[in-house]
Amino acid sequence: MEFWSAFSIAFELISSFDTNLLEIVLLSLRVSISALLISAIIGLSVGAVLATFEFAGRSTLIIIVNALLALPPVVVGLVVYMMLSNAGPFGWLQLLYSPFAMIIAQVILITPIVIALSRQALEELNTTYDEQLRSLGVHGFEKARTLLFEARYALLTVLLAGFGRAISEVGAVIIVGGNINHVTRVMTTTIALETSKGDLGLALALGIILLAIAVIVNIIASSFKQLEGRYRYAYAG
Amino acid sequence: MLMPASNAFEMVSSRQTAKAPDLFPVVASRLSFVSAGKRIIDEASFEMQDVPCTAIIGHNGAGKSVLLRLLHGLLRPSGGTISWGLKQIGEVRAAQAMVFQKPVLLKRSVAANLSFVLKRRGLRGDDLKSNTAHFLELADLVSAANRPAHVLSGGEAQRLAIARALATRPSVMLLDEPSASLDPKASAAVEQILRQTMADGVRVILVTQDIGQAERLADRTLVMHEGSVAEQGPTKQVLEHPQSGEAKAFLHHHL
Repeated sequence: MEFWSAFSIAFELISSFDTNLLEIVLLSLRVSISALLISAIIGLSVGAVLATFEFAGRSTLIIIVNALLALPPVVVGLVVYMMLSNAGPFGWLQLLYSPFAMIIAQVILITPIVIALSRQALEELNTTYDEQLRSLGVHGFEKARTLLFEARYALLTVLLAGFGRAISEVGAVIIVGGNINHVTRVMTTTIALETSKGDLGLALALGIILLAIAVIVNIIASSFKQLEGRYRYAYAG
Repeated sequence: MLMPASNAFEMVSSRQTAKAPDLFPVVASRLSFVSAGKRIIDEASFEMQDVPCTAIIGHNGAGKSVLLRLLHGLLRPSGGTISWGLKQIGEVRAAQAMVFQKPVLLKRSVAANLSFVLKRRGLRGDDLKSNTAHFLELADLVSAANRPAHVLSGGEAQRLAIARALATRPSVMLLDEPSASLDPKASAAVEQILRQTMADGVRVILVTQDIGQAERLADRTLVMHEGSVAEQGPTKQVLEHPQSGEAKAFLHHHL
């Protein structure tokens, strides 16, 4: 009985735009979109530099970034917690258990993804463009900028992958956010809490929304991929 | 506003960084290029004179494309030297434009591919608009101006690549088999643009497999064989009375 009643409560919550539910969803989106924007600025810049410039330490940096892809979220949570706790070097900022702390944790988690995937996309593009751009006299940062624009559809897909990771992450944000009601309670941490409390209705409602977001993100990503080829045959003949 | 093509060409040739006559003769001395242990260019020595069009012909793998990249400075010689007039290769890069066998067009509209180059030259506003219009007309792509460049046919794409190269105002155009994968009609359109280019004083150096094309366009022809220059001279003489065994063999194969 319990099983099916969870579903009916979940649909009830979603269809009535429950304010508590809405607050949690909006905070999740705010935190993860903020993290994504910061990661995009850092990640795309570093990715473009790694893809287009030759410099000492470049391959070491690539190895480090690739290693960071496998960062366990709880470890990131722990480190950010230690940094922001009163005893830590950034304790004076009083950011622990705030949405900012969650944004910081998510930035640390997804920036390596954005760097690694954008570097790969830009490097691949560079093999095709390199001679042509050099021939036109396009060098250095202008070249990096040009490649970023030329790879725009692929890079949007990269950013969506980062967003997907950010919004579905639980281990780090529960440590640094503390899962405080009305302050730092996001979808994933609420699901974890409510499930352990046995309040499956709210957990399930959030689970359904989280899944829906994942599906929407994937639909957007695949439409970006198609966007490039969209006109390919439109003018043939 | 559109101007006739001849005006467009005057604009191309004015304010050039280095005038064509200053860049010739092109002298290569014992030029070598080694990649992955293979000698692709093998002690090639030749002199290119200041004529409207020089063709480089030869078998696949004879080193034609690599030679063109060495001339353009995209590759560094493993040995020997190339000099353009009295200048070193770095100084003349800006006076050259290269058109690749497979054109690399930017993922933007046809017009934006041209304005990308024109903006880099500092053109803005009406200047930018009128110049973009000139080069669209030159490439016979006025009606395709707003299409994404990647939907162009092979011939259209190559015309756009040539127009974009001309938009950099080069003194010398290097072309790597510009009509290799084109049908005869598209190929003729490319040749027409090249003739106009030459008429405006831009020198053309053309790598081609098509002996007919060399005959139609080139004043002088250079035959490459296994990384070195087997024969060079006025096109008619090279094609009709080749002296070297390699050139004879290549031409016999193709006629």
